[in-house]
Amino acid sequence: MKLRPIAAIALRQFYLMRGSPTRVLPMIAWVAIDIVLWGFISRYLNTVTSGGINFIASLLGAVLFWDFFTRVMMGVTMAFFEDVWSRNFINVFATPLLISEYLAGLVLTGVATSLVGLAVMLLLATWLFGLPFFSLGLLLLPFLLVLFLFGIGLGVLASAMVLRLGPASEWLVWPIPALLSPFVGVFYPLSTLPAWMRDIGHALPPSYVFENMRSVVGGHGYSGSGLLLAIALALLDILLAAWLFTAIHRYAVGSGLLARYSAESAS
Amino acid sequence: MVLGILQPSAGEIRIEGTDLARRRSQALAHTNFAAVYAALPGNLTVYQNLRFFSLLYNVTGGARRIEQLLGEFDLQALRNTRSGLLSSGEQTRLALAKALLNQPRLLLLDEPTASLDPSAADLIRSRIRAMAAGSGCGILWTSHNMYEVEETCDRVLFLSRGRILLEGDPKTLPHAHGAVTLEQLFIRLAREPLAAGSPSTP
Repeated sequence: MKLRPIAAIALRQFYLMRGSPTRVLPMIAWVAIDIVLWGFISRYLNTVTSGGINFIASLLGAVLFWDFFTRVMMGVTMAFFEDVWSRNFINVFATPLLISEYLAGLVLTGVATSLVGLAVMLLLATWLFGLPFFSLGLLLLPFLLVLFLFGIGLGVLASAMVLRLGPASEWLVWPIPALLSPFVGVFYPLSTLPAWMRDIGHALPPSYVFENMRSVVGGHGYSGSGLLLAIALALLDILLAAWLFTAIHRYAVGSGLLARYSAESAS
Repeated sequence: MVLGILQPSAGEIRIEGTDLARRRSQALAHTNFAAVYAALPGNLTVYQNLRFFSLLYNVTGGARRIEQLLGEFDLQALRNTRSGLLSSGEQTRLALAKALLNQPRLLLLDEPTASLDPSAADLIRSRIRAMAAGSGCGILWTSHNMYEVEETCDRVLFLSRGRILLEGDPKTLPHAHGAVTLEQLFIRLAREPLAAGSPSTP
């Protein structure tokens, strides 16, 4: 892999954001709304319950982690969508760019945009609601790493889906985080779920983050093996998503779909 | 197909001796193209587009090369203008500048003068001729304008349904086949049964 082509993908996104506040605003606005909304809900729940649960730490912390994952995923897919919206596939894929370089460029963009979202969330959650985010200490690293890796994997997978199904399938991408959230137990333990949902949850890396986070906040420690499994699962997801994207790109070249992408059909 | 975005059903494509199917990235490093159906992103400025594609083509000394091309194609005054706001002629000049970023050995031009007025088209043709003479790169030019082909190209191939119907020097080919002009020859070939999809073979 060469650095220049990877930098090109990220630089294009930087150019677009610099010239368009409407691209920057969603990176900040949605996470800010979520933090403020759930911050007040958490504060209210702290006043009406007497179980000794700190909802700011457990509920608002969960929202922050979930939004971080969502921003990573959306950061990757938004960079891909820029090529869909500007009908740029022929220009991009007729260059010497490798698929691995293209995906690395999307990931780099996802990293940059999600870090902006994370900084805004941390600022609001700690400043307005006193979220003891850093009380999780070094555990923050595996927690964020799992969500980060899974966000990349899902972002690449969503991009592969849009490459295969056409520009209109973009609308299938937006609800993906909402569809996953019941299975990974963002707000409740997996034990709350029926067995079939729990099984799905165990296959999804974020479940381990939220289970461990609740356990640590409740003073019960964490499962190192669970977090290692989550990292392994997330890495496997990335590999599978990258393989799928490459296979779909190969199909799109072979069938003529790539050359006629805006027509949403190869024939 | 030559750009690697459509896989051939048979045969192989070699660019500078490199097999496109097996070593796509290395083969495409020697090519570039300009096509009316592949406009550069309109939401990037002229400079940003050239910067973006210079990095994609892994051009060494990209900044210098961009300045050189901005000068050659009279784009200096438009460097901070979004590409989507350019006129057809300006967009063609930008597409050509982008196509030369990596100093390709094989340049594909798809109807580079389509939608241009005669004066702008003439200027573009002159630039392309100068470019070919200066760099020595091969140019594969697709066009429906036979006057343009006759004036500019060294060799012409008439294609229909994936087959070469006729090829040769565009200046001598019409007379060799009993036509006065290349356009007349084109019209005659286009109306022959093979071109219309008849099962007969040449």
